[in-house]
Amino acid sequence: MIDILISGLLLSGTYALVAMGLNLQYGVARIMNLANGEVLVLGALAAFWLYTTSQVSPLLTVILVIPVSFTGNWIIYRFLLTPLVKRSKTQGALEVDSILATFGLSFIIIGIIVSIEGGFFAYKYLSEPIRILGSTTSLNRLLAFLVAALIGVALYLWLNFSRPGVAVRAVAVSTEASGLVGINVPRVSAIAFALGGTITAVGGALISTFITLDASMGVVFTLKALIIVIMGGVGEIRGSIIAAGILGVVETGVATLVDPGLTLASAYLIFVLILLFRPQGLFGKHTT
Amino acid sequence: MIRRSVLALASAVILATTSAFAEGVIKLGAISPKTGPLAGGAVVTQWPNIQLWVEQVNAVGGLNVGGEMMTIDLIEYDDKTNPGEHIKLAQRLATQDKVDFVVAPYGTGFNIASAPIYGKFGYPMIAVSAITDKVDELTGRYPNLFFTLGTTTAFVEGVKSILMEQRDAGAIGNEIAMVNVADAFGIELADKARELFTAEGFKIVYDKSYPLGTPDLSPVMKGAKDSGAKAFIAWSYPPDSFGLAEQAIIEDLDVNVYYSAVATSFPAFSNAFGSKINNVLGAGGTNVDDPKIAEYREAHLKITGKVADYWASANTYAALQILEQAIVGAATLDREVVTQYIKDNTFDTVMGDLNFKNNFSNTFWSVGQWQDGVFRGVKGSNVDGAVDVRLKDGWK
Amino acid sequence: MKRSNWQELIWAAVITILAAFWPMLANGYWLGIGVDVMMYVALATSWVLFSGPTHYISLASAAFFGVGGFIVGTGMSDYGTSFWSMLALSAVVGAILAALIGLATLRLSGVYFVIFTLGLAEMIRNLVSWVQNNFLGSRGLYVLTDFSDEHLFWMLLVTSCSIYLVGWIISRSRLGFAMRIIGGNETVARHVGINTSMAKVILFTTTGLFGAIVGAIIAPRWSYIEPNQVFSPQLSFFVVIMALLGGSGRLWGPVVGVIPFLLIWNWVDANFPNQSILVLGLAFLLIVYALPNGFVGRIEDLHNKMKRHS
Repeated sequence: MIDILISGLLLSGTYALVAMGLNLQYGVARIMNLANGEVLVLGALAAFWLYTTSQVSPLLTVILVIPVSFTGNWIIYRFLLTPLVKRSKTQGALEVDSILATFGLSFIIIGIIVSIEGGFFAYKYLSEPIRILGSTTSLNRLLAFLVAALIGVALYLWLNFSRPGVAVRAVAVSTEASGLVGINVPRVSAIAFALGGTITAVGGALISTFITLDASMGVVFTLKALIIVIMGGVGEIRGSIIAAGILGVVETGVATLVDPGLTLASAYLIFVLILLFRPQGLFGKHTT
Repeated sequence: MIRRSVLALASAVILATTSAFAEGVIKLGAISPKTGPLAGGAVVTQWPNIQLWVEQVNAVGGLNVGGEMMTIDLIEYDDKTNPGEHIKLAQRLATQDKVDFVVAPYGTGFNIASAPIYGKFGYPMIAVSAITDKVDELTGRYPNLFFTLGTTTAFVEGVKSILMEQRDAGAIGNEIAMVNVADAFGIELADKARELFTAEGFKIVYDKSYPLGTPDLSPVMKGAKDSGAKAFIAWSYPPDSFGLAEQAIIEDLDVNVYYSAVATSFPAFSNAFGSKINNVLGAGGTNVDDPKIAEYREAHLKITGKVADYWASANTYAALQILEQAIVGAATLDREVVTQYIKDNTFDTVMGDLNFKNNFSNTFWSVGQWQDGVFRGVKGSNVDGAVDVRLKDGWK
Repeated sequence: MKRSNWQELIWAAVITILAAFWPMLANGYWLGIGVDVMMYVALATSWVLFSGPTHYISLASAAFFGVGGFIVGTGMSDYGTSFWSMLALSAVVGAILAALIGLATLRLSGVYFVIFTLGLAEMIRNLVSWVQNNFLGSRGLYVLTDFSDEHLFWMLLVTSCSIYLVGWIISRSRLGFAMRIIGGNETVARHVGINTSMAKVILFTTTGLFGAIVGAIIAPRWSYIEPNQVFSPQLSFFVVIMALLGGSGRLWGPVVGVIPFLLIWNWVDANFPNQSILVLGLAFLLIVYALPNGFVGRIEDLHNKMKRHS
């Protein structure tokens, strides 16, 4: 039982890392980013490549990834996505455009990754057992969980108790109204998108220490991230964290008690059930 | 495009220096994944060997086809691990590029999906990365299709004989923990293993599947550990073969026999885990002490910059050698004649002398083991140099 | 309105008849592309049946397509049944499945609907793999038939025509009218007394039925069925993207989306063998920026311009 809880929570940490970034991107910048998983794999590639070619610790890579991915994502938003935001008259039109554009973007990123490393990012870091409350787990998963928790708490505090954070939340609620009260909506959106991409890339670097990735695996994470964001409610960091928690514990529980063959099916089942009873996600607000 | 012209340029330079007289080229088509889920395996086993063979053949001025030296012009495509895409590209090779010969695809499903097309145009297909129990039915339907890497049953038999030996030696009991990935090949192997293992009196005390892309295999490993079995068998795919080994290390799985299927033989497996995976068993194997294999592995490293994997790499290269010797031996590019030549003759390859009975070559490794940094063959069919199985002794 | 509707139908009939001769003109590669075009035309048109008027983006195509492929694979490989009986069974199962999904999604809207259908499709994919693993215990699903590309092309052409006809009839019926109101404003639709639930479920069911039929027809082409392949979520995305590129406002939108999309795709595949995915991505972005309203939007712009000039 304690095994399920601990393994489950650690897995939740991974899921939270995967989903928090997308939630910022979709919730605030209104970009349904299908290239989210590929950005994650880019972070993983950085960690793998630096570790195997120059023995750089993935922890150091995480620090290096932050400015690079922030700038990269900011550029993507500013030059690739802003024209789409400007030309779309409705939220629906922007959704369609951003699905098409970021799908293309995901192909481009896969192409870049493959040209650097077409095989598996096989390396191990901090793959050491550690005992927590009598349950064995690995140090790298624990580390990812702690970083996820740190990011989650920092984001929550920043969004709720700082001026720029409040502006971000305002944009999440309504772009029109925020514009009227003098918030620089394009700037806030760009920052939110870049920050989201950064969290995802950092997550990728950490995840690569315990999951062997390759160029094609981005879509797996995109799917998971979409599920978690929607399950928690769009624009709600709390929702994403709790949804990640539920998925992690349910998957581990089913794998341990019922059948590992049903882990992913059960995760999707939970998602489906939650939406059946709460069509706007756990924390989402009713729009109609 | 660029690569093709670079190759052409390189061969032109070589031709000029070796002053061999070459009039024609042999167009060779190859379709395998460079992206998508199977790409990670194809860039280890398939693509480097094609590159190696083409460069080697062209470096000596090409193949001698009835007195004329012909260089190889390689036309390659990325099927993105998508069957629909693969079929279309195969049609392109046959009807647009009009290639003379093809390299058989990577993956069981892709070989079977492209067999009707290649069959229609008479291309001999020497399949390597394709393992099935339906060899007879398939080769009856597609007489141009050859299999070289063994059958599902043979792979399970290899593992079974190790289990029986170790049970007789007292290293393991009757109990086995077995897991498999819930995807085509994993399901097939597990299904066969269930039948063969229980027939020998083994009890599969933990028998579970896990879905493709499971992010956390720790519950699986904890379950296997709690079962108390001294033998762990995993019919796994590349990403999860890595994941299972990692969890076994974390949980300090106490077994004497540990086996995981595909990708255990990849050099990356050893690079990632180092000495911890010493004595891990896996699908495949090779005999690195065989001078031919040693020479091949050296050339592979030199030309492709990558260490060859310890399983299907050598078979993939051998399949190309068969094609080479058949074209030279038949002294023609006529595919019907070449196909018949493949059926009728024995070929001298890095895997030893290979020949086909009913389109099936019965020479292959089925189980190998990591022993001090080298993955050596321990079980196989018609192969020399099998070493004794060692017991797994901790994960240090 | 009525006259242009008939005009459209006549055009469709002419194009269909011309298309039917494609296998006589093309063979090998180009016929293969024809099969691909027909497959995506059928899938995207059936997608537009529901998503066009309602603006609900469904990512469940792979679930229906997969059901068709998997039923044919299991039936023919493990139970020795005939292709035709499995084709019929796929249609029934696809329709029932779609009706259930339709019922489940009634309360959802916007992005929640989109991701719900995706999650449900993934759940089905995992369940099918699990069932195959534990209860069917298959030695691989082989679909070995004597169908050639011509046969599959014609079967898919017939399917596409049926979808188009169904769509055309619906658009002229009360149901079609209801759907357009739902797409405009669902609350209004409810207030004017339209049974929105019923209308949505019926349309979604047709989408599922045809999706499964297409999957069943494609199975002999793939010859070897792996659940994770036939249920691949990539297919759902492709269908949506091709339909959107064409323009989902018109029933013929997918046709003008699918053909250029696949032609560009194959051109890139053939000419950039080592970086096809990267070049495809770039091509994709270009299309999105150059054609804000899809190909249909572009064509209608041109049409309007020509009218103004003449």
